[in-house]
Amino acid sequence: MNTNNKTKSLGDRDIELLVGRLLRTGVITASCIVLLGGIWFLIQHGSAPIPSYHHFAGEDANYTTFGGIISSTFQFNAKGIIQFGVMVLIATPVLRIALSLFGFGLEKDWLYVVITTIVLGVMLFSTIGGLKV
Amino acid sequence: MTILTFTLILLAGAYLAGLVGSLTGLGGGVVVIPLLTLVFNVDIRYAIGAALLASIANSSGAASAYVKEGITNIRLGMFLEIATTVGAVIGAVLAVYTPTNTIAILFGCILLFSAAMTIRKKNQVALTEGSKTSQFLKLNGSYPTADGPVEYKLKNVGAGFSIMTVAGVLSGLLGIGSGALKVLAMDSTMHIPFKVSTTTSNFMIGVTAAASAVVYLQRGYMDPAIAFPVVLGVLGGAFTGAKLLKRLDPKVLRYIFCAAIVFVAAEMMYNGFQHKF
Repeated sequence: MNTNNKTKSLGDRDIELLVGRLLRTGVITASCIVLLGGIWFLIQHGSAPIPSYHHFAGEDANYTTFGGIISSTFQFNAKGIIQFGVMVLIATPVLRIALSLFGFGLEKDWLYVVITTIVLGVMLFSTIGGLKV
Repeated sequence: MTILTFTLILLAGAYLAGLVGSLTGLGGGVVVIPLLTLVFNVDIRYAIGAALLASIANSSGAASAYVKEGITNIRLGMFLEIATTVGAVIGAVLAVYTPTNTIAILFGCILLFSAAMTIRKKNQVALTEGSKTSQFLKLNGSYPTADGPVEYKLKNVGAGFSIMTVAGVLSGLLGIGSGALKVLAMDSTMHIPFKVSTTTSNFMIGVTAAASAVVYLQRGYMDPAIAFPVVLGVLGGAFTGAKLLKRLDPKVLRYIFCAAIVFVAAEMMYNGFQHKF
């Protein structure tokens, strides 16, 4: 029983360390992409006057949809690259949930497998639920 | 002003926002919104988009350290994230139907509340008797201290869950992490020791913010030219703040910054009532 408990908490600890590493890697990767895109953006447009941010116009589809962001990134569009970094940043906590789901599954903690699946489901609904109005 | 000048000034401003957010415990996102709207005259919707990104970056960066130390209660965070993500999605939907001036006034109120929360008395006592729900959900745990691990139990899970839903709605509506409400739910309602509640709240902010961030991204609230200096500046500021916190006692600083935050909150509310947004 005692050994059983020990291995269980060891598993918990491993997942914690993995989660920590995942979060750190995600943030660093996102920042590097944003920085690269940002420098490229400044080289191209740095001397142009700033657009009027006081009036909300919204971004166009190249920077708001998954497909749009990916294709503008591959065209080396500076804003597209920044937006790709933004996507990586937003995906980081989502990946963290997925990793936790995997961890709870390994521990056969079915209650938390269900709870984590619900949270993932909400995230999925928010992403593809057509809430952009 | 050219884009280069704008970017550099915003980068410096976001750095300060990250620093203040980290030293006060408010988080960088909360400080970014008044910076963008009041100083740079940016539409509050762009400001909300940028602040959400700052919150995710801040939360993930800090959480990675806390999780490694074993203070964060991952099960508790996971369970309460059901409440905050559902709330955040509702908040993001409500945002479309809420006038920007109302959002600014509401933001001012939350800012005042958050400033008050950072200087109140904190719960250090660990409960020895937990409720049945907390046992069923395996929410009780322990955390490391200088004198060895301390066991804690919790109660009022239902009430805490409800406050978390409200925290999620406000987070989705205003683009902030609403860490103050999250701590209120865990610390004052569920009686979790302060260290566990702050780190677990921080851990949850990333997921909560991401739930509404995907909606805002698709709605075009996230401008790459604003996101770039804000994300990098806030991260840099938060990093410096975390280093400073290890060396100095932030108590005096916290009071000074809270006074400044009260002033900023008043300004936001005044402008909201004057329909300047």
